[in-house]
Amino acid sequence: MVSKVKAGTAFDSPFKLRLNKVLTTKVFWLKVLIHLGALLPLVNLYYLALSDQLTADPVEAVIHFTGIGALNLFLLTLLVSPLSKYSRQAFLMKTRRLLGLYTFAYALLHLLNFLFFEVQFDLALFVGEIVKRPYMTVGMAAFVILLLLALTSFDKVKRRMGKSWQKLHNYSYLAVVLAGVHFYWSVKSEIIEPGVYLALILALLFLRRDKFRRWFKGKR
Amino acid sequence: MLIKIPKKSELSENQVTQESVYLQRRQLLKGMGFIGAGTLLSSALSSKAHGGVFDLFKEKEKPVFTRKDLSYSGQAGAENFPEKLTPEGKVISHNNFYEFGAQKHQPAELAQGFKVNPWQLKISGEVDKPITLDYDQLFSTFSLEERIYRLRCVEAWSMVIPWVGFPLAKLLKMAQPNSRAKYVAFETLHDPEQMPGQSSRRLGGGIAYPYVEGLRIDEAMNPLTLMSVGLYGKTLPPQNGAPIRLVVPWKYGFKSIKSIVGIKLLEKEPPTTWNLLAPHEYGFYANVNPGVAHPRWSQASERRITTGGLLARNRIETLMFNGYGEEVADLYKGMDLRKFY
Ligand code: HEM
Repeated sequence: MVSKVKAGTAFDSPFKLRLNKVLTTKVFWLKVLIHLGALLPLVNLYYLALSDQLTADPVEAVIHFTGIGALNLFLLTLLVSPLSKYSRQAFLMKTRRLLGLYTFAYALLHLLNFLFFEVQFDLALFVGEIVKRPYMTVGMAAFVILLLLALTSFDKVKRRMGKSWQKLHNYSYLAVVLAGVHFYWSVKSEIIEPGVYLALILALLFLRRDKFRRWFKGKR
Repeated sequence: MLIKIPKKSELSENQVTQESVYLQRRQLLKGMGFIGAGTLLSSALSSKAHGGVFDLFKEKEKPVFTRKDLSYSGQAGAENFPEKLTPEGKVISHNNFYEFGAQKHQPAELAQGFKVNPWQLKISGEVDKPITLDYDQLFSTFSLEERIYRLRCVEAWSMVIPWVGFPLAKLLKMAQPNSRAKYVAFETLHDPEQMPGQSSRRLGGGIAYPYVEGLRIDEAMNPLTLMSVGLYGKTLPPQNGAPIRLVVPWKYGFKSIKSIVGIKLLEKEPPTTWNLLAPHEYGFYANVNPGVAHPRWSQASERRITTGGLLARNRIETLMFNGYGEEVADLYKGMDLRKFY
C-alpha cells in the first residue's frame, strides 16, 4: 500500500523509510554492539555462577567481574566525548548515554551481588561495612553519584534541569576517581592492576583539562 | 579430641568437581568480551608466564601434576565429621599461593609443572640434632594420619579439608629443641625459575619472597598443628603447597605456609611475611577471632565454600579459634588478643 510519498524517494511506507534509515546508521549498529557486549557476558556470568560452574567461589567471581566491568564501561563512557572530538565523528556522542547507563547497571549489580551473595541480606553487616570500611564508603559515594546521573539521564529531565544538568554530570569525573580509589584500596597487596586503572583515570582527566579549567573559572 | 560428636556423614564423592573442569570454565570466562578487558589485559601482560590473549583459542594441553595415593590411618570417626567437606575440585582450584600468581585461580594453572622431587626439608637452629629430610622421607619417617580441619582464610571465606600428614611435634621432638628454642620459623622454597610469582612483581602480588612464617614453640607443639603431605587421600598438588606444608587450623590461612624447605628453632620471634607487609592488618598470632575485625572487613562471619553455586546460603558465624578453643585457648591465657591479633 502506498500512502504518502516523500519527495524524491521510491514508493515506500514512512515506517519502512524510517526503518531503513535507522538500520543504515552507524549509531544503530554501534548501539547493537554495545547492548550485546554488555549483556551477553552477564548472561554467561550468571548462568555459570548459578549452576556452580564459575570458579570455586562464584560469589567472589561475580563481585569482581561486575566491579571491573563497571569500571571498564565507566572509562569507555568518559572516553566517548574526547574520542568523538578528536576523530571528528560526532555520531559517537549518541552512544554515550547508553554506555553510561550500562556503567550504572554494572555498578548496581556489583552492589547487589555484595548484598545478596556476600553478606546474604545481613543488613546490619551491610550497613556496618559500608560505614566502617573507608574503601566501601568510597565505593558507595561513587555509586550514589552514578545513581544520580542515571536518574537524570532522560531527555525530559535533562531539558528541565537546564544548566544544572551539566554541572551535575561533571561529577562523573569525581565518581570515576572514587571508583579507582575504591579498587586500589580493596586489594590486599596486588596493586599493579588498580594502579594501571588509576593511571588511566589520571590520563583521562588530563585529556579533559580544558573542560576543568573552564568549569573552575565558570564557578568563580 | 578434634572430632566433635558425629551427627551424620555428609561426605559424598559426587561433590567432587575435577579441577580441569574449573580450568575450562575459567577460559570461558576469560573470553567473555570487552567487559572482561581487565582480565584480558592481565593475561596479555603475563603471556610470558602462560598463554596470553593470543593463545586464547589454541590453549595447549598442559601436563597436570601427578598425585600419588597415600597410605594413612583414618582418624577415628573422621568420615563422620559433622560439617560438609569442600569438594576436592574446589580445594585444589581456589588457592592463595602468590608464588604461582596472586589471583586464586592462578596457582592451579601455573603450578602444574612444579618439581617436588628431589626436595630437602632442613630442621635447624636451636636444636641438638639438626635433621634433613629428603622427598621420600617426608612420607616415610612418621606414620601418616587423616585430619579433617576447617580452614578459615583471613579474607572471610572458609573450607573443610581432609588433610593427610603428621603432627609437627613429632618432627620437632626428633630434632630435640634445646632450652633456648622459643619460636619456630618456617620458610617456603625460593626458586624464581619455577615460581613465576617470585620473578614477576605483577604475578607475585607485591609481597616479599621467600615467604616466611612463625609460631611460638608451644603452638608448634600443640597436637593440632599438622605437617601436611596430602589431601583427599593423595599427595598434595603444588597449588596446595606440595610436597609439604603446615596446617594450623585455629589461625588464619596465611599462617599455614606452603612448600616448606626450612624450619628453624629460634630464641626470638621471627619475622612473618604478611606482618612485614602490613603490620596493622596482619599480626604474628593471627588467631581466628570473630571479635577482632580486619581494618577493612569484619571477621564476625564467613562464607563456607562447599557446593550450591551463587545462591548457596553459606554465611556462617565465625567461631573463636575457628572452633578449636577447647584445644588451644590455654595457650593464650592472660594475653590481650586485641593487641596480639
Ligand atoms: C556501595 C557500593 C559498592 C560496594 C559495597 C562495593 C563493594 C566491593 C567489594 C566487596 C569488592 C571486593 C573486594 C575484594 O574482595 O577484594 C569490590 C571490588 C571492586 N569494586 Fe566495588 N563496591 C561498590 C561500588 C563500586 C563502584 C561504583 C565501582 C565502579 C564503578 C566499583 C568497582 C570495583 C572494582 C573495580 C573492584 C575490584 C574488583 C577486582 O578486584 O577484581 N565498586 N567492591
